[in-house]
Amino acid sequence: MDSVGSIILYTIVSLTIVIFSVLAVTTRKILRAATYLLFTLFATAVVYFMLDYQFLGAVQIAVYAGGILVLFVFAILLTSHPGHSSEPLTSKRRALGLIASVLMLGVTGYSLLARCNFFNAAPEAANPDMQQIGTAILSTGDNGYLLPFEAISVLLLACIIGGIVVARKR
Amino acid sequence: MELKAIYFLIPSLIMFCCGLFGFITRRNMIAMLISLELMLNAVDMNFVIFNRFLFPGQLEGMFFTLFAIAIAAAETALAIAIIINVFRASHNIDVRTLNEMKF
Repeated sequence: MDSVGSIILYTIVSLTIVIFSVLAVTTRKILRAATYLLFTLFATAVVYFMLDYQFLGAVQIAVYAGGILVLFVFAILLTSHPGHSSEPLTSKRRALGLIASVLMLGVTGYSLLARCNFFNAAPEAANPDMQQIGTAILSTGDNGYLLPFEAISVLLLACIIGGIVVARKR
Repeated sequence: MELKAIYFLIPSLIMFCCGLFGFITRRNMIAMLISLELMLNAVDMNFVIFNRFLFPGQLEGMFFTLFAIAIAAAETALAIAIIINVFRASHNIDVRTLNEMKF
C-alpha cells in the first residue's frame, strides 16, 4: 500500500510526461520543443527518484537536463531564428506519423495490458548505495562493469575529438 | 491503491510513441534529434522499471541505463557538430532540401 503522497506525486509526474512529450513533438516553435523536452526529462528523473535510484536520477538531471539540453539550445540559436515557426505539416506526412505511432501504441499497449502479467507491486528492495555502485563499476568479476566503463571513457574521448574535427572552421 | 509496474510502463510507452510520431513528421534536423531523445529516454525508463519491479536485488538495468545516458550524450554532441557543419555549408537544416553529399 503506497502513501497518498506518492500516489499524488505519481499522478503529477505521469501527467507531466504525457502532456509535455505530446507538446514537444507537436509545437511548431523549435525552442519551445526543447523546453518541453526539458520538462519531460525532469519528470523522468523524478520517476527514477520514486523507484529508489537516487544516483541515476542525479545523473539524469546532470547529464540530460544540464548538458544535452544546453547543447540543444545552443544549436537551435545558432541555426534558426528564435521566433520562427516551422511550416505546417502536410496531411500525408501527418497521417503517416499518426498511423505508425497509434499502431505502435495499440499493439504494445494491448500486449502489455492483456498478455503480460506486470500487475505486481514494487517488491521491497534496499536502494543501492554509492559504495555498491562504485564497487560494481570498477570490478572485473561477476556483476562487474569495468570493461564497459573503460570502453565508454574511450568513446567519450573519441567523441570529443570527433566533435572538434567535425565542427571546426576550415 | 498500489503503484504497479504497468502504471510506470504506460507513460513510458506514450513517450516512445510521441518520439516516433515526431521522428516521422518533423523535417528540421534538430527537431528530429529531440524526438530521438524522447525515444531513448522512454527506453531508459523501461530498463529501470523492469529492474526495479522484476529483479529488485540486482543492478543490471540501472547500469544499462547509466551507460545508455552516457552514449546518448556522446551521440547528441556529435550529431549537433554535424548539424552545425551542414548549416555552415548550406544555410539550411531541413532534411528535404539536403540532397547533395558534397557542397
